[in-house]
Amino acid sequence: MRIWFWNHLDALRTTLARLVRTPVATLLNVSVIGVALALPVGLYVVVANLEGLARSLGSDPQLSVFLALDAGPADVKRITARLQQHPTVREARYVPREQALKELKASTGLADVVDSLPGNPLPDAFVVLPRDPSSEALEKLRDEVRGWPKVAHVQLDAEWARRLEAGLKAALLAVSLLATLFAFALVAVTFNTIRLQILTRREEIEVSKLIGATDSFIRRPFLYYGAMQGLAGGLAAWAIIWGGLYVLNGALAELSRLYAAPIALRHLGMEDSGSLLAFSAALGWFGSWLSVNRHLAAIEPR
Amino acid sequence: MISFSQVTKRYPGGLEALRGVTLKIEAGEIVFVTGPSGAGKSTLLKLIAAIERPTSGSVIVSGQNVGALRPRAVPYLRRKLGLIFQDQKLLFDRSAFDNVMLPLAVTGFERREAARRVRAALDKVGLLAKEKVNPVRLSGGEQQRLAIARAIVHRPAIVLADEPTGNLDTAYANGIGELFRSFNQVGVTVVIATHDEAFALRMKPRHIVLREGRLAS
Repeated sequence: MRIWFWNHLDALRTTLARLVRTPVATLLNVSVIGVALALPVGLYVVVANLEGLARSLGSDPQLSVFLALDAGPADVKRITARLQQHPTVREARYVPREQALKELKASTGLADVVDSLPGNPLPDAFVVLPRDPSSEALEKLRDEVRGWPKVAHVQLDAEWARRLEAGLKAALLAVSLLATLFAFALVAVTFNTIRLQILTRREEIEVSKLIGATDSFIRRPFLYYGAMQGLAGGLAAWAIIWGGLYVLNGALAELSRLYAAPIALRHLGMEDSGSLLAFSAALGWFGSWLSVNRHLAAIEPR
Repeated sequence: MISFSQVTKRYPGGLEALRGVTLKIEAGEIVFVTGPSGAGKSTLLKLIAAIERPTSGSVIVSGQNVGALRPRAVPYLRRKLGLIFQDQKLLFDRSAFDNVMLPLAVTGFERREAARRVRAALDKVGLLAKEKVNPVRLSGGEQQRLAIARAIVHRPAIVLADEPTGNLDTAYANGIGELFRSFNQVGVTVVIATHDEAFALRMKPRHIVLREGRLAS
């Protein structure tokens, strides 16, 4: 067990030494892998940020129920009772038309326009939160409430957020397709690097076989090399995205100031960063495994 | 220890290197295989080390049928052998010390004990003072002795040497001969292939002569 551990530690040490001994080649390979990974992962970061935004805006699907302009206090009372007793309604909040006008003046900066109106054009309204947020249940409730007397209009508020979410789902699919392509590129790059290494270390491999090295002993440093190179590429991709977000957020800060709302893109979380590194290391390992299996058998001492 | 029965080796292309060779080498023997170039000496050694497989007949090394060995088992056979090649096969990207370390490294030897054994082997061949030198900078004789140190560092039961005195002068060859004799005295089976009959005769061991792939004596 200890010998096994030392063997692996040794392979790791020689691998690191090899990576450091050829700094230019290593740097080039690592940046190729880094750029290849940064493209899909960067897109993923953008999509994930938009997704977070969509969720924060449209997390609570709700119905807005607008009454007819001629509805009186008795109608309001009747409808309030009906909504509150409805089995699928979780909460119904009454918004009187005066309050709606006040909110409109305060929130949208249309105070001048509103003041110039001869009367209050807004109807009384209810904001209804359903027990079941699924779109079918919402639509059923909408269709039902629409038929009640003195109800002029019922609107599903979360619809645009749902559309955005559907769009983002498609974008996420595109990201995974792209990621698959670039994962293939990473495997190919590693395959070729290891092929060249095996060619240059031909003599060493031959001698090792002659003095009783097992195939797994010979394979081990190459597999480590592939995995380390993949890992370094993953780190490079992470750094590239970090740099990109830093620059973008600098530009967004200006926008954020103009809109008086915090707009900033967040980097990958711990979990996603971990998977990025694990994934790139695993792909590097896989690429070198393919290469070693393909090329090592060709070297037999004669 | 080593036995050949009716061994024939035909290379692709039709060259018959060995023809129906039957011989036995006991444990602890020192044996010289001589004969002119192309008589099949190298092939004989390669068959023992599973570098080549016999076309027919069987090669048994310490109870194992080498010809039928699965590829996965070959490394473990070779760990029982010390191989010395005509072209030495030293690695010029590392020091003399690291060259000798190689057989211990592949078996995952404990590091401090391994270093001690490497120094003992280098001392045995008289190269202890040059452990840090790259083999490129060693003379031909020194390179040969370094190859011998690498072949014995893991204390194999059998040492196989192919033309160990290849381009060396007589005095140097005698030194190397004595080295092999000293291994043999501690119980190692030694098989040396050489075209240098004078060298073989000086050593006065058991002597196997090959001519055109057949035993001549």
